[in-house]
Amino acid sequence: MLSLKLTGISLKNPIMLAAGIMGTTGGSMKRIAQAGAGALVTKSIGLEPKSGHSNPSMVEVDCGYLNAMGLPNPSYKNFQHEIDTAKEAGVPVIASIFGGCALDFSEIAGAIHADAFELNVSCPHAHGYGAEIGTDPALVEDITSMVKNTVDVPVWVKLTPNVTNIKSIGLAAQNGGADAVVAINTVRAMAIDIESGYPILGNKFGGLSGRAIKPVAVKCVYDLYEALDIPVIGVGGISDWKDAVEFIMAGAQAVEIGSAIGNNINIFKEISTGMEAFLSEKEWTLDDIYGMGHQI
Amino acid sequence: MKPVNAVITEIVEETPTIRTFFFETSFDPEPGQFVMAWIRGVDEIPMALSYDNAITVQNVGPATSALFELGNGDSIGIRGPLGKGFDRKPGHILLIAGGVGAAPLAPLAEKAISEGINVTTLLGAKTKEELVFKKRFEKAGDVLIATDDGSEGKHGYVTQLINNNESYSQIYCCGPEIMMKKVLDKVPLSKSQFSLHRYIKCGIGICGACCVDGLRVCKDGPVFSGEVLKHSEFGIYRRNECGERVKV
Repeated sequence: MLSLKLTGISLKNPIMLAAGIMGTTGGSMKRIAQAGAGALVTKSIGLEPKSGHSNPSMVEVDCGYLNAMGLPNPSYKNFQHEIDTAKEAGVPVIASIFGGCALDFSEIAGAIHADAFELNVSCPHAHGYGAEIGTDPALVEDITSMVKNTVDVPVWVKLTPNVTNIKSIGLAAQNGGADAVVAINTVRAMAIDIESGYPILGNKFGGLSGRAIKPVAVKCVYDLYEALDIPVIGVGGISDWKDAVEFIMAGAQAVEIGSAIGNNINIFKEISTGMEAFLSEKEWTLDDIYGMGHQI
Repeated sequence: MKPVNAVITEIVEETPTIRTFFFETSFDPEPGQFVMAWIRGVDEIPMALSYDNAITVQNVGPATSALFELGNGDSIGIRGPLGKGFDRKPGHILLIAGGVGAAPLAPLAEKAISEGINVTTLLGAKTKEELVFKKRFEKAGDVLIATDDGSEGKHGYVTQLINNNESYSQIYCCGPEIMMKKVLDKVPLSKSQFSLHRYIKCGIGICGACCVDGLRVCKDGPVFSGEVLKHSEFGIYRRNECGERVKV
């Protein structure tokens, strides 16, 4: 009932693991697959091993989570076996990758075997990477087309909400040949410890995820659905099946789950079960609700 | 939760390299739970609670060195208590502690005797001076000691003291990973629990940096049963800050 084809990849359900969550080791990704995820997106992988920002790198705030991990990763040279281990669970594995320029991206993509790539041009707190690239439409188009020319699997581009007009960045990805866009990465944010005046994150500022950003993400998905011809994948603050339905109604073909896993690792099955029951009761299909918010 | 401001009220020198920092705030933990201790401007590191309101720290790196510079009245930020502690079983339990691994086991010993559970402890360290919480364990029951240099107790490793292990209702272990792996290979799996140490980033089960296979040390642990660990990567390799495999 929930199965679908997403950019040519068959998924048993549209509930995927988001990048940066439980995605560094083959074992942790396998566990998420066993917990019911329709697909797995890995931790963002770069050229060289990177230890990330100093701690605190993630804290819970009143309305969500603040993080500045700093793209820690073992480099693509030490990562294929983690993907291969994750693949043993039988669901598609999408490699999230990041770089400082189009050549970095294509070097990494050319060396990794995965079911698809998700280009991280949206991390809000890594100097020289992520959103420093993803706010420039020309760069996004250039990187996307370079990766598309390198690989023969689908290429998704993950967008930052920290721009004036997310549609122009989405269009740039589409012009570069992207098979889908993923919206959104975290929203730039910070918190200060009032006992001492210190910014709490080791990197001082970072990105906000969780409940607080869901309405922001829904609006981004809604706008991208109108502007683009390629599919939109929704991510940002989804913590139950109702949130997932809302994203699909806004125009997301599938969704990704991140922060909510911390308190509920069984969230994938719960969302699938909840969505199935909802669709049955309404006598709707997944296709019926896709983009429903635009038809009213 | 955001870090709470924890003011240091007392510092006890347990050994030449290990100190206990008492705070004015009690964290009301279950024995075996930990906190993320934020030494502002330096780093945030996972630390076992050795009392309701204290952590016991070995000076091993930049963050712990910075902590050792602090005095009474200074403060650090604390998130916690976090994770899942020891599952207490009735009967007669055996504790196996190596070095600063005694930190989460001492409150377990005290809680156990208050609940009418009998406690025997095997306590090991490099030297006599480096034995941690010997008196606290002695108050709870029998204590057998091993030191690497033979300055007290058996000359050798604490793992060599393990004897008659089938007779205990449960065995609890914390110490260096190589030592814990030896214990894991020696004791009944279904009756043993181990408190693990890993590089922890988020501390709340989201990022996955501390995973042992699919298990999150910060959220599913830090205490795991021997059965769960037996066929895992525990004792074979861990992950560094980048997520690369490093041999234990």
